[in-house]
Amino acid sequence: MAAITRDPFVQGRFRGVGTIAKLPKQDTRVPENSDPISPEENENSMSNTASPEVTLAAVGLSRRYGNNLAVDDVSMELKRGEIVGLLGPNGAGKTTAMKMITGNLAPSAGSVNVCGIDLIDKPTAAKARIGYLPEVPPLYKELRVDEYLRLAGRLHRLPKSSLADAVQRAKRRAGLTDMGQRLIGSLSKGYQQRVGIAQAIIHDPDVVILDEPTVGLDPNQIREIRSLIRELGNQHSVILSTHILPEVEAICDRVQILHHGKVVFADAIAGLRAFRGGHSLQVSLRRPPQLQELSQLVQPAQVEQASAGVFRVIAPPGQDPTDQLLRASLERNWGLYQLSPAQASVEEVFVQLTRQDEVAAGVPNKSGSEAAA
Amino acid sequence: MIFTIAAKELRSMFASPLAWVVLAFMQFVLALIFLKQIDGFLQVQAQLARTPNAPGLTEIAIVPMFGVGSMLLLMSIPLLTMRLVSEERRNQTMALLMSAPISMTQIIIGKFVAMVAFLALINLLILAMALSLLAGGTIDLGLLIANLIGLTLLGCSFAAIGLFISCLTTHPVVAAILSLAVFLALWIINAAATDPQSALHLISLLKRFEGFLNGTIAITDLVFFALLTVTFLVLSIRRLDSDRLHA
Repeated sequence: MAAITRDPFVQGRFRGVGTIAKLPKQDTRVPENSDPISPEENENSMSNTASPEVTLAAVGLSRRYGNNLAVDDVSMELKRGEIVGLLGPNGAGKTTAMKMITGNLAPSAGSVNVCGIDLIDKPTAAKARIGYLPEVPPLYKELRVDEYLRLAGRLHRLPKSSLADAVQRAKRRAGLTDMGQRLIGSLSKGYQQRVGIAQAIIHDPDVVILDEPTVGLDPNQIREIRSLIRELGNQHSVILSTHILPEVEAICDRVQILHHGKVVFADAIAGLRAFRGGHSLQVSLRRPPQLQELSQLVQPAQVEQASAGVFRVIAPPGQDPTDQLLRASLERNWGLYQLSPAQASVEEVFVQLTRQDEVAAGVPNKSGSEAAA
Repeated sequence: MIFTIAAKELRSMFASPLAWVVLAFMQFVLALIFLKQIDGFLQVQAQLARTPNAPGLTEIAIVPMFGVGSMLLLMSIPLLTMRLVSEERRNQTMALLMSAPISMTQIIIGKFVAMVAFLALINLLILAMALSLLAGGTIDLGLLIANLIGLTLLGCSFAAIGLFISCLTTHPVVAAILSLAVFLALWIINAAATDPQSALHLISLLKRFEGFLNGTIAITDLVFFALLTVTFLVLSIRRLDSDRLHA
């Protein structure tokens, strides 16, 4: 278990371990006097592959509210041009994790490193490289869009000379070109969300963090925001939180699933797809046999009856009962009319994930955090 | 960076009618007092001329304006400071400031500077009225400056305390009422002590402010107001920082 401490100064002691592996210093803005790299870091669980550049590295983040551990030892690594989905049911700790990564909340334990700059040691330098859209966009309703974006730019220390350009560019990317003179309070929710995104990208940050960016939008707006996020992913690193599984599949390169504050799954999208698809089949039969007969046929897979004539077959990894079911249906005249990989809802994925004792490969192993303790 | 935040606060202040109403209300009441005092002065002018050590135009027409001005500040500053932080919390806009590369100190000082700018505007209006007397008479500029310094320091202390109280709550109205209660308590706390040696006299804002009204700029009073302001600004910064640590 990682040591839990609230004091950022005490936390400094763990920095040697907390700072992730050697970060490639491609960026000239990285200060020369950044932390010396100690040998033990090479044993860190996170890899130190040189390319592409690692923009964000969070290690062993934990956050305690009283006795409740809202986020428990969450680690995350992001490379330039990567979009990572942070998935989880409500209350899984997504927002808390994001707040810690953006410096809005001090972690009880762990460290965050943005482009080689430690967030606790040099908060202002690190924050300058992060763009953050919180769950509720932080909009001043009494300002006009242009005024607000100029304010956001100035707060992010953009020089006066490039401010106007930055505002224009952010507006163009967020699809707000004609909205400059509108009062933010009079915009629709979708446009307010866009202003929130424009605010997060105005200073061209290395890491963009979006907390549920598509909640409450209509399907058209969702599509537009998604394509914007994909476009952002070309130049920035993006972390995106959501509780909608298809959204992650549509946009993200990798996915991390949080459950009760813990990372229960971390893999590329393909891994998630395999995890979902290979495990559950929905079988619809016109003349269904007894549940027991079906169970015996597809063992060791488990069978549940969803409704009359509709069964769900949950197979362990490596087993594919599709052929068996097809053949049996023909031979025994069950009248199979539908056989499809069940669209496991995100909740079902969670149930599967949290049921297993040994979580699927790809979850950061515990050695890193034990070293920190 | 501080001025960016201050400019934003002023813009928000004047975007709502509240700041305008406060300014108009203050100007109206102060102008009434001013007129009444000048009127009184003109009536007793002949007698005053014969009395040795009689109060002059400045004492009669300008000082009461500052006296009433202090009461008006006491009532109106809670309305202006109430939303400084509490509204940002309520609308969850604090995240914009918190995730920008700026420190808590800059945020608080920026908001405080906005309040000071507003106070300067009020002072300017009062000063303009006072200086208008120069058109037809002479005024005691030293006394006027002492009064101005006094009102400014008092306003800064109120602003700092109000800002801190705004940091404590997410409800602007609660912050306003709490601030008003604290200001009033500090104002008349010396009334609770009949003993002139009592420590309560030391922290009474009224007692401290009276010195300036009489034209005395005492170092102790200057230090008192400065300390009061700085203390509450530091407390505000700490309070905002603890949001990040414990919220």
